[in-house]
Amino acid sequence: MAVLSPPKPAPDSQRTAKRIALNQRRGKWDVKLSPYLYISPFFILFAITGLFPLVYTAVVSVHQWHLLTGQGEFVGLQNYVDVFGQPNFWKSLRNTFSIFLLSSVPQVLIAIVLAALLDANIRAKTFWRMGVLLPYVVAPVAVGLIFGRLFADQYGLINEVLGYVGIEPVRWHADVLASHFAISTMVNFRWTGYNTLIFLAAMQAVPRELYEAAIIDGAGRLRQFVSVTIPQLRATIIFVVITSTIGGLQIFDEPRVFDPTGLGGADRQWMTITMFLYDIGWGNQKNFGRAAAVAWILFLIIIVIGMINFFITTKISSSDGAQAKAKARKNSRRAR
Amino acid sequence: MTRSTRNRRLTTVVAGASIFALTLSACSGGDDDNGGTDADGNITLTVATFNDFGYTDELLKEYEDANPGVKIEHTRAAESGDARTNLTTRLAAGGDGLADIEGIEIDWMPELSQIPDAFADLEDPAVEGRWLGWKEDQGRTPDGKLIGYGTDIGPEAICYRADLFEAAGLPSDRESVAEFLGGADGTWEDYFEAGETFAAASDVPWFDSSVATLQGMIGQVEAAYEDPETGEPTDLASNTEVKAIYEQLLAASDTLSAGLTQWTPDWDNAFQNNGFATMLCPAWMQGPIEERSGGVTGWDIADVFPGGGGNWGGSFLTVPATGDHVEEATKLAQWLTAPEQQIKAFGNAGTFPSQIEAQDSEELQAATNEFFNEAPTGQIFSSRAKALDEIAQPFKGANYFAIHQTVQDAITRVDVDGSQDPQAAWDQAVSEVANLGF
Repeated sequence: MAVLSPPKPAPDSQRTAKRIALNQRRGKWDVKLSPYLYISPFFILFAITGLFPLVYTAVVSVHQWHLLTGQGEFVGLQNYVDVFGQPNFWKSLRNTFSIFLLSSVPQVLIAIVLAALLDANIRAKTFWRMGVLLPYVVAPVAVGLIFGRLFADQYGLINEVLGYVGIEPVRWHADVLASHFAISTMVNFRWTGYNTLIFLAAMQAVPRELYEAAIIDGAGRLRQFVSVTIPQLRATIIFVVITSTIGGLQIFDEPRVFDPTGLGGADRQWMTITMFLYDIGWGNQKNFGRAAAVAWILFLIIIVIGMINFFITTKISSSDGAQAKAKARKNSRRAR
Repeated sequence: MTRSTRNRRLTTVVAGASIFALTLSACSGGDDDNGGTDADGNITLTVATFNDFGYTDELLKEYEDANPGVKIEHTRAAESGDARTNLTTRLAAGGDGLADIEGIEIDWMPELSQIPDAFADLEDPAVEGRWLGWKEDQGRTPDGKLIGYGTDIGPEAICYRADLFEAAGLPSDRESVAEFLGGADGTWEDYFEAGETFAAASDVPWFDSSVATLQGMIGQVEAAYEDPETGEPTDLASNTEVKAIYEQLLAASDTLSAGLTQWTPDWDNAFQNNGFATMLCPAWMQGPIEERSGGVTGWDIADVFPGGGGNWGGSFLTVPATGDHVEEATKLAQWLTAPEQQIKAFGNAGTFPSQIEAQDSEELQAATNEFFNEAPTGQIFSSRAKALDEIAQPFKGANYFAIHQTVQDAITRVDVDGSQDPQAAWDQAVSEVANLGF
């Protein structure tokens, strides 16, 4: 059945003009506003889950605040003063940095070497690559349980083995450094594989001509690794160092499950800042105000360390990186 | 052409908006505002417990059958610590998302007593005289408001290795051991002296952990760290009563302690390696000992406890005041903590009942434990529970556990870590208490 459409009204020039104007205006908004709308979900979510808690924590930290009974008087910076006055705060700061250094430095070094091995032409590549990631999948508390048995003081496996070779048993839960070493081992076990894969991905993006050129120049495996691979990985190293700094300064799970009390030992030998925070806020004191103050102090420390990291690594990358690039260019030119 | 672009734009807007709406609703999701009541007026009561209260689905079904229109949802946290964090966090948020009935442990009472209004008043003539007097008092806030119905208790006896006693040439049957440890009016001094006698004939340490022993000793001090009148912490430096216990314990532990911390892998392994001969033994400790002692025979329980009696642990059911069905929940909590149900729970999970009637019941009196050389555990622990009626219950205020932790740490530094002598460790504990800044 044919439908007769009503005759088109005579084009109203004025209206069309208006419409075009509106369209144009809309188009302009579209261009100006859309990009912001597209990225807005992240920022709105961040504002809800990141920025708001940050600001709220700051508000809590200047009040007397009990976890259960809630907000009390405004006390200004008294909570910060109290925190700085507690010996446990300084102990936890020392422990955090010690555990952080003992875990992050070996972790990055081992991860680079492992990645280089995985990058080489080996059999069953996928198997090995998945293998290094396996510890990362294991829940940290499970890692804690297993390593707790290994590092037990009286009947632990490691002390048993040390006994066979005539070494005195190490007091893993009594000595400061020994406990840090044991905890760092747990952290390294869990995170080395993860960083290895990041390095591996970066290594595979290194242009193969550079290696060819290096080989023609007579560079051995080691020389290639030091002069081609490492300089090319610089951006990735910066990334890994910064992320592991943030993670390392917030370390919580592994030291918490290192003994059943979860307070970092009788002398707080391995209490970290986040454990200190948790103990103040949720432990016996339930002092939310002080816990919030610790959170802000930790936040500022991480920012400062992050900045130092950033400046050091960019400095290295701009000076050495430029050199390496120049060298590579020279090499490739010579090869031609 | 214009149409299709406009359509596409519309689709993107819709898609974007819906993603947005999804994320937002994900943030606020999970709350159904009907408060667990459906169209027919049926209600759902939620019960939150931890570890194993012995409340099986069959037991809860009995209540559902007897009370048409009530459905019970039971959630169980694996560890009491998880349940505690969950409870305190939600209480801090004004009671949002709490179950209708929340199980709590005795050790949480000091902090929960600070917010008595968050819990419903459970006073009811129907439950009068249901529990042992001291248990009922534990369920009250300092003002006397009853906020918790008692479930189980942890009356303490002494668990010992009969085989190691025999090897040391000592009497090893339950009655003689009870006598050897000082009998009905034995003191801690008797317990440690018995240890010295044992140590003279054996290389095995007398007890497992000084901190665990401290738990038993400090539990008999009426006002250990705080003034019961005001709740204010007393000065630890001049606290002669605690200092005397501290010194007595550490003097004994020098030769008698295995230097272990409970629940560590070392402690676990010590059970397999003749690590110690005796330990303080609340009723619920039977399970953990058996779990760790595979292949070890010789464990037994003596009906004796130094200093009269001791209780370690035990739980309560509370009803948060913010719930939608406070009345029905109270009724269910009353039913769950009634002697009949608690005896069933004892059968299910070995939680030792706190109800007078349940303790006198035949089923409980006849209970034995095969692993502990067929010890009549029902009789032993109910006799231990009644011994507690005669001694005063300790006062535990808001700062009890914070101060107790520092003393425990001091003992660990001496007994386990060996990093300090008793006086230095005590001095550090005193300065730590000062640093708490009450």
